[in-house]
Amino acid sequence: MNLPWKHAIVVGASSGIGEAIARRLVHAGCRVALIARRADRLEAICAELNREAGWEVALAVPHDVHRHEEIPWLFQNCALRLGGMDAIFYASGVLPRIAPDEYETATDVETIQVNLLGAIAWLNQAALRFEKTGSGTIVGIGSIAGDRGRRGNPVYCTSKAALATYLESLRNRLGRRGVKVVTAKPGFIDTEMTHGLAGMIWLISADRAAELILRAARRGRTVAYIPERWRLVGLVLRMIPSFLFRRLNV
Amino acid sequence: MSQLTSEQIAAGEARSILPGENLEVVEGWGRASNSVAYVFRPSTFDEVRSVFELARQSGRTVAFRGAGRSYGDAALNAENAVLDLTQLNRILAWDPAEGTITLEPGVTIRQLWEYVLPHGWWPPVVPGTMYPTLGGCLAMNIHGKNNYREGPIGDHVTEFDLLLPNGDLKRCSRTENVELFDAAIGGFGILGCFTRITLRMKRVYSGLLNVEAITARSLDHMMEIFERRAAGADYLVGWIDALAGGSHVGRGVIHAANYLANGDDPHPERTLRVESQQLPDRILGLLPKSMLWRLMRPFMNNAGVRIVNSLKYHAGALLDRRRVVRQSHVAFAFLLDYVPNWKQAYGPGGLIQYQSFIPRGHAADVFRRQLVLAQEAGFPPYLAVFKRHRADRFLMTHGVDGYSLALDFRITPRNRRAIWDLAAQLDEIVLAAGGRFYFAKDSTLQAQSVEQYLGSEAVDRFMRLKRECDPEGILETNLYRRLFGARAGDEASFRGER
Repeated sequence: MNLPWKHAIVVGASSGIGEAIARRLVHAGCRVALIARRADRLEAICAELNREAGWEVALAVPHDVHRHEEIPWLFQNCALRLGGMDAIFYASGVLPRIAPDEYETATDVETIQVNLLGAIAWLNQAALRFEKTGSGTIVGIGSIAGDRGRRGNPVYCTSKAALATYLESLRNRLGRRGVKVVTAKPGFIDTEMTHGLAGMIWLISADRAAELILRAARRGRTVAYIPERWRLVGLVLRMIPSFLFRRLNV
Repeated sequence: MSQLTSEQIAAGEARSILPGENLEVVEGWGRASNSVAYVFRPSTFDEVRSVFELARQSGRTVAFRGAGRSYGDAALNAENAVLDLTQLNRILAWDPAEGTITLEPGVTIRQLWEYVLPHGWWPPVVPGTMYPTLGGCLAMNIHGKNNYREGPIGDHVTEFDLLLPNGDLKRCSRTENVELFDAAIGGFGILGCFTRITLRMKRVYSGLLNVEAITARSLDHMMEIFERRAAGADYLVGWIDALAGGSHVGRGVIHAANYLANGDDPHPERTLRVESQQLPDRILGLLPKSMLWRLMRPFMNNAGVRIVNSLKYHAGALLDRRRVVRQSHVAFAFLLDYVPNWKQAYGPGGLIQYQSFIPRGHAADVFRRQLVLAQEAGFPPYLAVFKRHRADRFLMTHGVDGYSLALDFRITPRNRRAIWDLAAQLDEIVLAAGGRFYFAKDSTLQAQSVEQYLGSEAVDRFMRLKRECDPEGILETNLYRRLFGARAGDEASFRGER
């Protein structure tokens, strides 16, 4: 795929959709800073990508998204090491398995930390830069789960809904400055996060998801369902009135 | 290098980050290269020192930038600090009896001539535009249409102070720190910051020049006229129709100009006034000049330039009566300022200028081959300017006893790679002929070519001075990393510019 970016950050790049996005970016000739908690996996991926490319195209940056205080320096330093920064993809996320009667605040806070606050901390840095430079692409990986507050996982849905709202606000702030802000909403993707989940339909691979997300980002789509057929599902879900929705088993 | 370690990250937190509000996209003048940098606009040299300190703390480098009139990446510094010195623009001392002036680096050529002309002086060397700063002019050691007589601007500098990244000031002249004097002039801003520059002006007895236009049928004819005229003309410049092929290769129009002798101008007090020098701001009294580039835009393609050049050449030939006209210094010297923002006519991809300097004996052959190669590649230059030069004393000089040809190429996303390939081909011809290049114009050179034309000995000396003046390697630009990064042994390889 032909991609317009030369330098990018992928947060959550050690597995799943983030890893697939990072690999595709590198294969398209982009230099990428891969950011994730698991240093050993990052290093293995970067070593492989750099070996393939024959020069240093991938920078491994071990980082825990809880550590907000590191982020401004890390963001500036990734741009310095790569020689620029045109795009950022926030793909870190957790999907804890929750029992139907479970209300564990520690788990919920962790979900908000990784799925939402980490995104805000990283994308704020990108927004600050791109607003000044008048260009750039910001991509957040939301979820179809954010379209409605479902019974299965209240805080996961909350985190993805809040992320979508945050991204919409960024888009409205930065759109007039030439910055693209894209909300990707995947359905079911075959990754570690979804292993063992029951009732997955229209399952696609992480690589296919990455391909669709990058295509949407290149076009500067505002909200992209991954794959696009989920848009109809999202539309229907959002139109169902609350009194009916709570009786449904979704 | 392919990893930021947790130790580095922990150390980084303790270090300062650069202020995000200083981020800007910084462009080369030709607009074909740009990068994002943290731009600082100091109004005192203490602020300059504090930016050095900030860079040191945050592990960044610093580039100096004047008016940003270098065509390529000479005043860019991707993801690092850029010190815009245009606010440091005071004239510190002026002796109208001797014609000696001392100024800060942000003073522009325009400020300078407006200041000295009413006293009967003119800058001995000026470029084709009046907007560059003197700091930039010294760093690039610019030349004018009189290079074969007056040398580069460095030949008229009597002394300067150079601020080093460690905060020390070095006074340099032809008797003090001579080696640094010869290296910092033309050292593209990588050794230190000029803080105080003293120059000698040239005495003039009128605000006007005698100007003559001469048509040249071919490159050989143009060179023949230059050779014949060089002894008698104060200024010589040739415009070449770079789209003309076959036996017409190198045809064009030469302008020769001479100062007026004392007494030739009946009203020098009038013509020396700044107001009598101003370029008209409307064309034919109607159209504002600021609009003009929009009218040029549709002609900026091979067919359009072919028509315009042809008209220009034949009009020149038709009017070639060897009549001498009087023209103001400004109107003659600053051709590039006639159409404000003319570079916009090249479209969003901008332009690069490819200029090479060739010893006299090889010049005609080299330039003919360059023009033909560019035409064959399908990328004829839209502007080509021919000048006469001489060798000079400066370490990193572009000066040769010979000629230069400056070729403007339009850049688009589609032709970019091919133009860079063409430039590499042109480089080979230049190097084989013992030619040189000019950092103010360059976008395309490669490190090994620089080593070849300057000679390893000169580059060794320059890098030794660099280590002495800036042992921490605080001063860098994109151009420096591109051409000297391997020599400096820094980590530039991971910062892929271009």
